[in-house]
Parts: sequence; structure tokens; C-alpha cells
Amino acid sequence: MSFGALLAAAGASSAAGQLPTYGVGRPPTAEEVKAWDLTIPADGQGLPPGGGTAALGKTVFVERCASCHGDTGEDPKYSRLVGGRGTLATDKPVRTVGSFWPYATTLWSYIRRAQPFDEPGSLTPDQVYAVTAYLLYLNGIVREDEVIDANTLPRVRMPNRDGFVPDERPDVGRTAKPRPATR
Amino acid sequence: MNRRRFLKRGIVLGTTLAAGAPARAQAPAPDDPSKVLGGPMLPYGERSRFEEPVRMKSAAAKTDEMGGNQTPLADLFGIITPSALHFEVHRGGVPDIDPRKHRLLVHGLVDRPLILTIDEIKRLPATSRILFLECQGNSQAEWRAPTGKAVQQTHGTMSCSEWTGVPLAVLLREIGVKKNGSWIIAEGADATGNERSLPMAKAMDDVLVAYGQNGEALRPENGYPLRLIVPGWTGNINVKWLRRLTVVDRPYLTRMDGVGQPTLMPDGKARQLQFVMEAKSVITFPSGGQRLPGPGLYEVSGLAWSGRGLVRRVEVSTDGGRTWRDARLQAPVLRFAHARFSLDWRWDGREAVLQSRCIDETGYVQPTLRELVRVRGLESHYFNNAIQSWKVANDGNVHNVHA
Repeated sequence: MSFGALLAAAGASSAAGQLPTYGVGRPPTAEEVKAWDLTIPADGQGLPPGGGTAALGKTVFVERCASCHGDTGEDPKYSRLVGGRGTLATDKPVRTVGSFWPYATTLWSYIRRAQPFDEPGSLTPDQVYAVTAYLLYLNGIVREDEVIDANTLPRVRMPNRDGFVPDERPDVGRTAKPRPATR
Repeated sequence: MNRRRFLKRGIVLGTTLAAGAPARAQAPAPDDPSKVLGGPMLPYGERSRFEEPVRMKSAAAKTDEMGGNQTPLADLFGIITPSALHFEVHRGGVPDIDPRKHRLLVHGLVDRPLILTIDEIKRLPATSRILFLECQGNSQAEWRAPTGKAVQQTHGTMSCSEWTGVPLAVLLREIGVKKNGSWIIAEGADATGNERSLPMAKAMDDVLVAYGQNGEALRPENGYPLRLIVPGWTGNINVKWLRRLTVVDRPYLTRMDGVGQPTLMPDGKARQLQFVMEAKSVITFPSGGQRLPGPGLYEVSGLAWSGRGLVRRVEVSTDGGRTWRDARLQAPVLRFAHARFSLDWRWDGREAVLQSRCIDETGYVQPTLRELVRVRGLESHYFNNAIQSWKVANDGNVHNVHA
């Protein structure tokens, strides 16, 4: 079969949704997908085994995180993590994990992939659960002895869970969308 | 200091010189260059040693690895930003990636999940487009007061390049998206593993999986060896160092989707999953920090762009917004690209406030700061596309003002 005929055949198959057109790449193995796909959605799907409490988390936090965030997560130098509840509608809003973040699962996912700043991805799942528990505890969201794991974390109700609205732009000028009267 | 001693010191101070030390400090150029044998040919070219524009870290940059490095817009011509001056924003530094080891995993709700090498991606049909890229934090320090001295500080988290790559739609057809695949999670290989949720409709429309920038490979700080280019949409979703695309059935509200990017409104609610960079423009000459030598005829010049497509018109005011005149738009005017505008202006030597406003193909008119603040208050940080004002003082010095 000529190259042109091959392409034509591949094209026809692709149009029918049967075959790839260019045939590049290879299928990943299940292990590869498992190692690469570390995304945790808001509902916590895919959280790994393990768990921890605020008490254990404090030890890890003070050792690995406090140099940037302070022992109690209130240092504003990089990202303030604790406090600020009730400030969002004021003229001095303080956005923290406790006051702003809608899902506790996001905290887990971000600590695992991006923290500590200079050693990203170096915490074990147990340590990530524990640090997450500590930050939730400091924000008055969970108890100090509460075990945070794949079952309990998605059920944590964050204070600002309902604090978000969709894109409302364009919001000025003659092409502006009508604004919701109340929300 | 004689030339030899200077050169010796220059080696020791090499990094300082390369970082843009004034050319005046080096040996002078010959008075008549045609009477001296020229320098050797170079394998990879450098700009003239007399050219000094450089990127500058934004005031908000917290470390060398976290924050923005802004483009010197006032020193550039036309619509293309040289790759070496293209703005950069990172939260975990610039990763060092060997393209032979880099892989892209495309999987999730698909018929044929794939792992691809860079060479394999380059075998797919390519396209090139000139597209602007703007961080949604561009102009974020200007809400309360005019803080940036020059346009580099007020608008420099914004650039425009020719990007080359594979249309994401081609790749998605290659793997076969299942019926319920409505969003894509794109993830980068940087130290934060930046991940964003991208709606399938946009992915199928005009997104590129890019490996080229202005005719050569992407710069490391701009995503080498692979990144998303999402025309007209907020910088951060143009995921750099792209290593994974996961087709899913809902937005995942990742760290940047759900917490990093939302903008706080006066009632305490935050807008989430905002993507479009709305129409905006800025005058780059005369602009903050420059000085007009005296009264006379000047060509006012600037850049306009819109994340909703085409710039239809740019108007310029030289009297603080009381009257407006249509500026000339220089060809080419391309959808989702910078458009260069200009207008002849005779400066009479008296104080004047210069402004520009962009009107795009949807009829949207670039707003004043007051209009934006009335709706959004002062705590939304991002998406400040307000009209910029430059005051030309009696002495010709140009200042950033709110007018």
C-alpha cells in the first residue's frame, strides 16, 4: 500500500472514531499512570491510604514549614495560612486556608505536590495528612486529635465553601452581563 | 584602566556585565568602524553591547523563584516580544528539563491513552500563531494608586510571540475523547506541579501544545520543552513544562483554579474559573519615566489586545479623556495578538494627560479604573484592564497618574 493510501485509510478510520491518524506514541502502563497522575479533585477522589492528626502534624510543620510560614501559620511573609475568618467582605480581607479555601482536599493536594518550597514532593502521605490536619486545627476547623485520612478529609466542611461565584464578566460598559440582583 | 586590565576584570565580573552593565564602561567603539576589521561570526547571536533593555523583577516577587519578571515594553518595537525579554512568572523556579527524557502523558476519559516524546509530538501537524500572553496579575499594583514608575512595571507582565506547536484538537482526536470528557487537567513539571482545569470546548477550539517560540525552541522560563498556549486566556492556564493532560468530566478546582486565581468582590464572594483577558491597551511612548525634549510633533505609540479576539479600534486622548481620536492600527492586526497603534500629536509644551482605550470585536470598550472599582471594589487584585494615564509635565517628564 502506498503512503498516501495508508494516510487515506487511517483518515477514514479516524473519522469513524476507530483508529489514531498518525499513530505516534505508545500506551502508558498502569504503573506509569499511577505514578504520574497525582491530581486530587475537590471531592478527594484518588486520595491515597494513610492518615495523621494535628498533634503529629505540628512536629512536621515546625521542622519543615515554619521557616516560611511561622510556627502557627500566621506569618504573612509568604502565604499566611491561618486566621482571617469573617474578613472577606471588609476593606481589609485576609485570605488564608481557613478564611478562603473552599475545599480541604486542595490543601492536601498542594502540600503533596508543591511543599516544602525547597523540597517539593518530599513529604510522605502520612506527613501530608498530618500537616493538613494541623493547619485545619489551627484554623479551628478540626479537633487536635481528629484523624485526617482519605475518608475524613473530603467530609471536612470549609468555612468559605459557598464563597464562590462564576465569572461575571464583562461586568462594566455597554456589553456588560446583567448583574444578579442579590446573592 | 587600560583595555587589557579591563578585560581581565571583565572575566571576573562576567556575570555582572552580562546582566546589563552599561556599555559605556567597556572599551569604546571605533570612531570609524569601516577602518577596522570587524568582529568574528558567532554561532549564536548576541544583541549589540550598546543595547541595555532587560527584564526587571516585579515589586511583588517574593524570591528569585517566585514572582514575576517584567518585559521592558517601552524599549520594544512592533508587536513581537524578543524571547529573551518575554515576561516570566513562576512559583517554583525554572525547571531544568532534558527534552530527550521529557514525556507527555495524555489519558483519562479517552479511548487510547498515550505517552509521547517531544520528537513524536513534532511529527504531528504543526501550526504557528502570533498570540499575546498576559498574566492576570498584570497592573495589579495600580488599583489604589499609580505605583509603577514605567510601563515595564505597570503593564510588563504581558508579551507577544509567535508560538508553534500541535493544535490540541489534533492530539485529542488522536487519543479519542469519550463523550463525558468535558474538561482537561493540564499539569506542568515545575516544582509546584502547576495544574489547571481547561474546558473541552476551548481545548477543541484553538489551544496549542507548543514547542516553538519566535522560530526556535521555547525558552526554559517559558516552558521548555512543551507548554500549552491558550489564546486570549489568563497566563497561568498556559501551563508551562507540560507533562500531563488528563481528560475528566468536571473542573477539579485545583490550587490555582480554586484558590490562587479567584478574585474577591466587595460582598466577600470570589469569582472562580475566570479565563478571558479583557480588552486592554497602553501607550508605550510617551510613557512613565521618559522625557520629551521639547514642544513639537510626536508619534504617540502603544499596544492594544483583547482576549475576546480582534482589536477593532483604539482611541487616544491627549486631554485626560475629555476628547478622543482614532489611532492608526499598524498591520498586521491579528486575533488574540498585540496590535500596534499610533497617532500624531503636537505637544504645545503644556501639561497633558495621555490615555488610550481599546474597543474589541465584541463592542467591549476598555473601562476606566473608576468603572472597574465601582463593581469590583479594591481587593480583587487581578484582571485590571483599566485605561492607563500618563501625565506629560511642563518640563517634558512623563509620570504615571490616575486621572
